[in-house]
Amino acid sequence: MTEPLLQVDDLVVHYPAGRKRVVHAVDGVSLTVAPGEFVALVGESGCGKTTTAQAIMRMAKVTAGTITYRGRDITTFSQREMRPIRHEMQLIFQDPYESLDPRFRVRDTVIEPLQIHGVTDNREERVRAALERAGLTPAELYIDRYPHELSGGQRQRVSIAASLVLEPTLLLADEPVSMLDVSVRAGILGLLDELRKSGLGILMITHDLSTAAHYADRICVMYLGRVVEEGPAHEVIRNPQHPYTKALVSVVPQSDPDRATKPQILQGETPNPINIPSGCRFHPRCPVAEARCQSEDPQLRPVGGAGQQAACLLI
Amino acid sequence: MSFIDAPMTPLDEVRKSPSRLRSLLSFLRKHPQAAIGFVILMLFVFIAIFGPYFAPYGEREQVGPIFGTPSSAHPLGLDDGGIDVLSLLIYGARVTLIVGFAGAVVAMLVGGSIGIISGYFGGKIDNALMRTTDYFLVLPDLVLMIVVASIWGRSLRNIIIIIGLIYWTFMARLIRAQVKVVRERAYVKRAQALGATHTRIIFRHVIPQIAPLLLAQTVLMVALAIFLETAISFLGLGDPSVASWGKMIETAFSRSAISYGAWWAIAPPGIAVALVIMAFNMVGTAAEDSLNPRLRVSHLARRHFRLRPLPDKEPPK
Repeated sequence: MTEPLLQVDDLVVHYPAGRKRVVHAVDGVSLTVAPGEFVALVGESGCGKTTTAQAIMRMAKVTAGTITYRGRDITTFSQREMRPIRHEMQLIFQDPYESLDPRFRVRDTVIEPLQIHGVTDNREERVRAALERAGLTPAELYIDRYPHELSGGQRQRVSIAASLVLEPTLLLADEPVSMLDVSVRAGILGLLDELRKSGLGILMITHDLSTAAHYADRICVMYLGRVVEEGPAHEVIRNPQHPYTKALVSVVPQSDPDRATKPQILQGETPNPINIPSGCRFHPRCPVAEARCQSEDPQLRPVGGAGQQAACLLI
Repeated sequence: MSFIDAPMTPLDEVRKSPSRLRSLLSFLRKHPQAAIGFVILMLFVFIAIFGPYFAPYGEREQVGPIFGTPSSAHPLGLDDGGIDVLSLLIYGARVTLIVGFAGAVVAMLVGGSIGIISGYFGGKIDNALMRTTDYFLVLPDLVLMIVVASIWGRSLRNIIIIIGLIYWTFMARLIRAQVKVVRERAYVKRAQALGATHTRIIFRHVIPQIAPLLLAQTVLMVALAIFLETAISFLGLGDPSVASWGKMIETAFSRSAISYGAWWAIAPPGIAVALVIMAFNMVGTAAEDSLNPRLRVSHLARRHFRLRPLPDKEPPK
């Protein structure tokens, strides 16, 4: 494997919740993204996916662990030191209806990163190129519009164009398609896939395992602030090891009725991240939990196929 | 990636941008109460600017008997000094409006910047600034007014400062609340992720977003400032060298116009103050609707519901 673009080791983000309580939003996440690699971070709502991305962008306070970008530890960088990093690392937001300033024309939105980072040459051409790269062709048709004159898919493309205009090397996409109609999702995901092919590293956060399975090279499954299973996308989907991943995979609809499995619905709800269950944090909902799962905390270790890891005591 | 959701129609077919004047006219058509207020305001602004050119008499010129009754030569009669009330009213418009606008602008600048800083940065800065605001908020207006006027002296400039001092707290609280909302918007987060400086975010993203509110509140605040100026003058703390409407009411009152039965010395400035305040309120409340472009998108627009009478609860006999 080539040198990773982004390496996150044992990332911990805790928020104080008043009266000495602590929200364990992210509780020991490790992952890597290589150039030209499409990594999907999958998990249900509230499991810490977005916080992970925000911590990588240094927008959430990191409690412990390290974030390494191109071999440099950026965990303790000041906001000033982060500026050149922000040039290369771009975040795409979930909600295209919220992430564009309603008073900015498309041009103003896309040109803003250039202004912030003091890029002065060929601004107009760069903006047009970024718009066309994001699939908004011809750029003239879009460049003078306001966000409310665009559809959701077009807005997300504007948002992506604003991320591309600085020619980044790493894209963090926080649920880039979950607010979009199904009909435009494929277009946006295809766009991300093309960008990946051109050499960008992409970390996509999603709760949709089927899109992750289709586009990602590798999948990290998160549960309650931890990565419970990680590995090459096809291994994780075809041959899930962790009971949580198995449950997730079983509810993805299959096109082939012969291969359809019986959906395995998990009991109960995600525990409150203030009171993390003892031992394996999945044990209260786990269909195969044993007594020792309540006391022993499993670590990620190699299982199943090549490069696949899972955190379960029973494998 | 051959298809994008729908073919785009060229921009000039979609949006014919109306001129400023056109949009002002359509705004006034949609809000008749704002139109009425606007007309009244324009009338008073016109009087304030050009009044001295067509005022029938001078503002210090004795032209007849004390408390002379209204006549064809003096439609609003004469005051305690034999000065024409109509002329005084015309001269007073300028002073009253200047104090009103200047006081509101001072309140807007001070309160607005404190509100923005407090709301945007939050945390300790927010706490410190808001406790200061609270301190000014609990000071009784009237007492503060009297103390400041008696220490600094009675001048127009001081009245403007007093008005700013009393009203900036309302502005600060309101703007702070709004900025707190804007700060959490995803596009502000996006700018932060890009590494934008605080100054840039405040000037490019936050202020444009709260500008309509700031403007509408300033218009409303002018009304309050005029009211306060009248009150200050009525208490005898106004600038003695200029004739404002409040000063007219005060002199008429202290020279016992009421016991002379000279209603014409007291009623006209009172009515003028009431009219101007009402006009500012009518324009201010309607302004917010139209200045916020998001409110123009139909599904976000303020809806007007009509109350229908409830069906009779009593069963028919």
